Amino acid sequence: MTVVRSPWSEFWRKFRKQKLALLSLAFIVLLVVIALAARWIAPFDAENYFDYNCINQLPSRAHWFGVDALGRDIFSRIVVGSRISLATGFASVALGAFTGTALGLVSGYYEGWADRVIMRVCDVLFAFPGILLAIGIVAVLGGGIFNVVMAVAIFSVPTTARLVRGSTLSLKHLTYIEAIRSVGASDAVILFRHILPGTIPVIVVYTTMRIGTSIITAASLSFLGLGAQPPTPEWGAMLNEARTDMVNAPHLAIIPSLAIFLTVLAFNLLGDGLRDALDPKLEQRC
Amino acid sequence: MFRYALKRLLGLIPTLFIVAIFVFFFIHLLPGDPARLAAGQEASAQDVELIRKDLGLDKPLPQQFLRFTSGALRGDFGKSMRTKRPVMTEIAERFPYTLNLTFAAMSWSVVFGLLVGIISAIHRNHLPDHLGMTLAVSGISFPSFALGLLLMSVFSVGLKWFPTVGADTPRHYILPAITLGAGVAAVMARFTRSAFLDVLKDDYIRTARSKGVAESMVILKHGLRNAMIPVVTMMGLQFGFLLGGSIVVERVFNWPGMGRLLLDAVDMRDYPVIQAEVLLFSLQFILVNLVVDLLYGIINPTIRYK
Repeated sequence: MTVVRSPWSEFWRKFRKQKLALLSLAFIVLLVVIALAARWIAPFDAENYFDYNCINQLPSRAHWFGVDALGRDIFSRIVVGSRISLATGFASVALGAFTGTALGLVSGYYEGWADRVIMRVCDVLFAFPGILLAIGIVAVLGGGIFNVVMAVAIFSVPTTARLVRGSTLSLKHLTYIEAIRSVGASDAVILFRHILPGTIPVIVVYTTMRIGTSIITAASLSFLGLGAQPPTPEWGAMLNEARTDMVNAPHLAIIPSLAIFLTVLAFNLLGDGLRDALDPKLEQRC
Repeated sequence: MFRYALKRLLGLIPTLFIVAIFVFFFIHLLPGDPARLAAGQEASAQDVELIRKDLGLDKPLPQQFLRFTSGALRGDFGKSMRTKRPVMTEIAERFPYTLNLTFAAMSWSVVFGLLVGIISAIHRNHLPDHLGMTLAVSGISFPSFALGLLLMSVFSVGLKWFPTVGADTPRHYILPAITLGAGVAAVMARFTRSAFLDVLKDDYIRTARSKGVAESMVILKHGLRNAMIPVVTMMGLQFGFLLGGSIVVERVFNWPGMGRLLLDAVDMRDYPVIQAEVLLFSLQFILVNLVVDLLYGIINPTIRYK
């Protein structure tokens, strides 16, 4: 007798085996909790507490991650900064994936002129290499976290649109869609109830990976002085401030670097695990 | 092949035109009055008006756009508002530095990425694979500016093996090229591995093995060539990321290239420079992707261009 599994339990059965991905998921959940409770976790004020007696002090019991060049507690700054990095990562990817998915669905389902216009716009967005587009947008809109989110979000739109368009194109000719159409379902019902769920594996894997990239892009913009401005404890901005005294106080640079690295690593490993669990091709291979 | 290349080149014109419109209006949305910035804080209202006229900023927008495109086609992007020198001269001075750095980064990262990817695929699920893929996932997760700062403080400041800033000798290239290429090497390694695994389970590989072809030949001749097709596409895409990434790496190493020029221009609202740079960066990117498409035909003879 064959066991009938729902897609969800099928996914969980495969995902459960990915130890690294599970660990990463746990780490991300922990980070989210830290970010949400940052105000209560941070022992000192991240921006306005200055202890001039322990400038550039190495990690100690009082200051777990040490003290920066202005006498601020680095642990508190990292904790408060996690809010910014996670928020920019989640918000920009959510915004970009939402827009890209909508465009991709329309493009793939209706084809015709809508498809041509949308794909042409994506071509133009693709013509700007990587961070250049984000720098351009921040140059126009000005710095600050909100504009960084917008800039990084636009970055995710064309790829999501193409991915979703591709799977919409392949899904819409399948028999089950034809069957639903033949019983008189409207376009909206077909698109949202029947095609969208089919594209979700692609979107989930891509967006998870994308959060990591977006966190790096946002931190890069702040590092370049175009994103979050001092004294905001954004991780990239902290690294930029640390540049001046790398010799005497390397921990000022190492700690925010590690914070970015571990966060991005967790999202990438989770993305890898999700891909392995959601990709039907892979099971045949193993 | 030649006709296909020509057709694709002509096909770039509309995209480039839209990019140009984009770039032009983009810059005109910048907050702040460029004429006031060019004149300086202390200039009188009269001087500002004179400069506005001089820069052609008093003309209606469509006229400014015409002037901009006809100039751009001749390679004339006006004068930098900061240095008062022609933008093309400024860019021509910086361009070789960025190009060399990009090529240095690309060459080591592609070779290294391919090697790690192939070794990981051959030793799938064994120690070399685990090591290679750990390195690769770390490579895509470590931000380039952090890596650059780390390398600089250890090898330049600490051990004094390499110079810290500047671009005069080949030794100056080593750390920036490593920093810039690390992410690409990581992506290439992961991508090569999965492309190789896909190819290795194909029938012709089994055929080659069963007729007694040496394993090294199977890997290099039958495997590599076929795995190269998706890998070359990835290389093209990565080249674009290198161009973008060079902006960040140039800031870290104080590299006298186009990225630093762009950042300085953004700081100073030097909009003729920004326009020209964004346009050139995307032109480069589009051309590289075209070259990649053409390379397909050479690697994969089953693709015929019409």
